[in-house]
Amino acid sequence: MINTGDTAWILISSALVLLMTPGLAFFYGGMVRKKNMLSVLMQCFIIMCVLSLQWVLFGYSLSFHPASGFWGGFGWAGLKGVGLEAYPDYAGTIPHQAFMIFQAMFAIITPALIIGAFAERMKFSAFLVFTLLWATFVYDPLCHWVWGIGGWLRNLGALDFAGGTVVHINAGIAALVTALVIGRRKNLDTNTPVPHNLPFVVLGTGLLWFGWFGFNAGSALAANGLAVNAFVVTNTAAAAAGLSWALLEWKRNGKPTMFGVASGAVAGLVAITPAAGFVSVIPAIIIGSLVSVFCFIAVSAIKPKFGYDDSLDAFGVHCVGGIWGALATGLFASKAVNPLGADGLFFGNPKQFLIQLATVLVTIGYTFIATFLIYKLVDLFIGVRVSEKEELMGLDLTQHRERAYTVLE
Amino acid sequence: MKKIEMIIRPEKLEIVRRSLETAGCAGIMITEIEGHGKQKGVVQQWRGEKYKVELMPKVKIDVVVRDQDVDRIIKTVIENAWTGEIGDGKVFISNIENAIRIRTGEKGENAL
Repeated sequence: MINTGDTAWILISSALVLLMTPGLAFFYGGMVRKKNMLSVLMQCFIIMCVLSLQWVLFGYSLSFHPASGFWGGFGWAGLKGVGLEAYPDYAGTIPHQAFMIFQAMFAIITPALIIGAFAERMKFSAFLVFTLLWATFVYDPLCHWVWGIGGWLRNLGALDFAGGTVVHINAGIAALVTALVIGRRKNLDTNTPVPHNLPFVVLGTGLLWFGWFGFNAGSALAANGLAVNAFVVTNTAAAAAGLSWALLEWKRNGKPTMFGVASGAVAGLVAITPAAGFVSVIPAIIIGSLVSVFCFIAVSAIKPKFGYDDSLDAFGVHCVGGIWGALATGLFASKAVNPLGADGLFFGNPKQFLIQLATVLVTIGYTFIATFLIYKLVDLFIGVRVSEKEELMGLDLTQHRERAYTVLE
Repeated sequence: MKKIEMIIRPEKLEIVRRSLETAGCAGIMITEIEGHGKQKGVVQQWRGEKYKVELMPKVKIDVVVRDQDVDRIIKTVIENAWTGEIGDGKVFISNIENAIRIRTGEKGENAL
């Protein structure tokens, strides 16, 4: 039975999640140097174009068509059989296509998150091919394993409410791999790049926070109490994490920064994502407060120590925050919040924590290897990195023949 | 005392700046500018239409140095700003009558 309230909420949520990608574009765009501003906006926007098409043509089918293998197959390619009736195995009260388009927005933002790792140095042509291959051979299978009917991680009992594993750990690990293989930006040691427009970073953070309500509360797939729970814990965790990051900076560096609060809020949103439909508000505060500690360490201590150039901390925030969120779900999940979920370790079910851990490890392992192979393949045929001269001149002019800003006029 | 004004490619800023510091320039002023020389521009696009941008983004570096340092510093700048292609920029040299350090009132080369 189609429910109009549920359908309306999912359509609005889909639009909210779509807005996260332009939000991310500004979040990342503000952090790069101004000669690369358009390249980042462009990468985010072109993903909206390319992946929207990939998704309706075959991505949705590969991800969600019922099957028990590597992925879902081509049974729903071109949305054949994906109609305006409900498909109760996924969502019983909304048209099947509403579920499809809601999921499309997740498929769009996930590869966009990776941009943060290789920003300022990837060829646009290589980026396009890499993104399409990554979406097809990494995102779609993993999405199928965790959320698809017949997916083996789903059958194992893994809890991932809105995409901590599929979206954040997945993109975060891919970010680490690409940062490692593409190498550091030129002259990084003598010339530390500074964010060219922090107000854009804050604008982007605001759009992300706003859109995340669709991401998490929409994942209830109905306008019900569970959606409200997800909404409340999402806001709470983001708030706790933003404050916690500011306090950490204040203690360690003497002053709290706007950049820090923005980073913390995003980390909090990442961490609460897998847990949003399974935990209550006090665990959300704990999840949010601690994620800033872990991400802060990853970004300010681990990254400099190992020297990989994860330009905008896609790994440091999304992977680290995503792992903490997935594990925290195994700690704090409670059937009192969601009877269809499971109890976590602190509610007497240690097995759930182990399932969460296994899912995290599988994701890390598969994504690491598959991303590496895809990168090498694209590098072999196209060459991934721009020339040194192009990098120095900036990607806006060399990849797009455009400039974001002029000095005069 | 001479003032050396250098108009260089923006992407050469970092390397030229470092080389000036190594060569012993204590003070350095950097301005972002747009302009053109004989060359006139780079090709950009406006909704698919290609057009030539007449005003190019450049960076201007000003330093004021003692007379005896001028040749050495110009040599350093040319070495580091050179690519051999059109658009490498120009160097202008002019006399400076005097310099005064505001804080102490010192004059001439002592103020540099």
